[in-house]
Amino acid sequence: MTDALDDRIDALIRPQQVHRDVYTSPEVYRLEMKHLFPNVWVYVGHDSQTPNKGDYITAQIGDQPLLMVRHSDDQIHVLYNRCPHKGTKIVIDRAGNTGKFFRCPYHAWSFKTDGCLLAIPLKKGYEGTGLEDTEAAKGMAAVGAMHNYRGFVFARLAPEGIGFEEFFGEALSSLDNMVDRSPQGRLSVVGTPLRYLHKCNWKMLVENQTDTCHPMVAHESSAGTAVRIWEEMDKPEGTPKPPAMEIIAPFMSPYEFFENMGIRTWPNGHGHTGVHHSIHSDYSAIPGYFEAMVETYGEDRAREILGENRHNTVYFPNIMIKGPIQQLRNFIPLAADRTLVESWIFRLEGAPDELTARTAMYNRMINAPTSMVGHDDLEMYERAQEGLMADGLEWVNIQRLYEDGEDFGEEAVLNGTTERQMRNQFDAWKRFMLGGAA
Amino acid sequence: MNHEEVVDFIHDEAWMLDEGQYHEWLDLWLPDAVYWMPLNWNQQDPVNETSLMHEDNFMLRLRIERLHGARTFSQKPKSRCHHVLNRPRVLELTEDSAKVVTKMHYVETRLDDQFLLALTVTHDLKATPEGIRIAGKRVDILNCDAAFGNIQLLP
Repeated sequence: MTDALDDRIDALIRPQQVHRDVYTSPEVYRLEMKHLFPNVWVYVGHDSQTPNKGDYITAQIGDQPLLMVRHSDDQIHVLYNRCPHKGTKIVIDRAGNTGKFFRCPYHAWSFKTDGCLLAIPLKKGYEGTGLEDTEAAKGMAAVGAMHNYRGFVFARLAPEGIGFEEFFGEALSSLDNMVDRSPQGRLSVVGTPLRYLHKCNWKMLVENQTDTCHPMVAHESSAGTAVRIWEEMDKPEGTPKPPAMEIIAPFMSPYEFFENMGIRTWPNGHGHTGVHHSIHSDYSAIPGYFEAMVETYGEDRAREILGENRHNTVYFPNIMIKGPIQQLRNFIPLAADRTLVESWIFRLEGAPDELTARTAMYNRMINAPTSMVGHDDLEMYERAQEGLMADGLEWVNIQRLYEDGEDFGEEAVLNGTTERQMRNQFDAWKRFMLGGAA
Repeated sequence: MNHEEVVDFIHDEAWMLDEGQYHEWLDLWLPDAVYWMPLNWNQQDPVNETSLMHEDNFMLRLRIERLHGARTFSQKPKSRCHHVLNRPRVLELTEDSAKVVTKMHYVETRLDDQFLLALTVTHDLKATPEGIRIAGKRVDILNCDAAFGNIQLLP
């Protein structure tokens, strides 16, 4: 990046506010694709999506088309989804099995599932042309680095840069907790994700994951109405609450509840809500689950694992997981003002099916394009995307519970309504946009 | 019930949705009936994988009450919808029950946005002393696996 651009990016981020260009400018978006996404570790997929050799999925990091595939030695590879010959995407379905090799549908160049060039039809046409010295002869290009963390596959596009462990550090404890909740220590993806299109910048969605001052306002129409209907219902004493009350009603919890739940931030833009308790704390017990956990871990460790009720954990730059209900939301940027949200659910291997049914229920109630909760969130993002065009006021405020001299290089636990996690994300955003981890 | 009553019922139900007669519409439902909108084509399991909707009477009531709420921001201004029905195919018909499948085009609009969904709607109907009632409804969207913005009303 040139010095002039450096200065421009630097000027967009102040300690207590950010310039609206970070959400609205197509130029800033292009710089994110070029500098931010390639230099950090981004979620690609889960290895249970490719259980057998030759299984693949299509994916993306920023605007880069990728595929993830299981090679003949059972290792996962992440490759650019582009034929090195003419650029044709090798596969376009969201998931499939390619057998022992990929074959480009245009001119039948073929590649092993680790990307190596296998064969070119009528190869004598390239004899003496110096093909071996070209990029094309190297086959399908791999990403700079990839890491499979307990089934969750991340990649860094850039060949050099921050390491996986250094980038995530202690933040991996949320993923650990989600996986440990399986009596077999293993998750598997269930079905296909909800795919929800938002006409807003991807960062608005990420920030909303730790915005604890909006649920009781934006979601009053669903959560507040649910509570009212339940209270007004003519029902015999002891009638069990319907599932909607267990899932949706906690969104109506008072400010005090969210203040006390706490927020933790980690270096490099990661953080989570629900340090002490969360809206997931009071879900009813499912018969047989605790017993299965005790069998594996012993009672003390089982209680410790299930005692963590972290709400939303943000892995910078663009995913959120919910450990207690085994969900992952991927906020996929499509343009400065367009974001695709994929909401995935996981089965806890070795746990009762009712847990899968509960995460599926949460997903459709909260994350679907048909969700009454989602409708009001999307409304807020899209209103913000349009409102930000107002020239009279060009800054977005992120200073709730701001403290002088905040050091994002240190882990911190604070009042659950702080916007420190948003500031933490922009601190990481600026550093990686400017090309480094330092 | 007879064929003509069944076909009239299917048309009347869609008409109520288009006219926003939600409380009358909810009265058409048996208490334990479920509105299911699968996420996947030919989806078999409604609850152990993600669906777009799988709503019992409480959820449907919540949905309707919310549409009328004073602080329902995504419905300020309100959406409108419009169903166009193909001729219902009555798959099963007895004196007290019927299974009917109907192809529909569903249009929903709000502000300057409008979208079209192609639907295959399957009704399980039961005869009651009060008239025909819905025992279950499955709404398959032709492009159910596509990315959507808000779908706010009831296809």
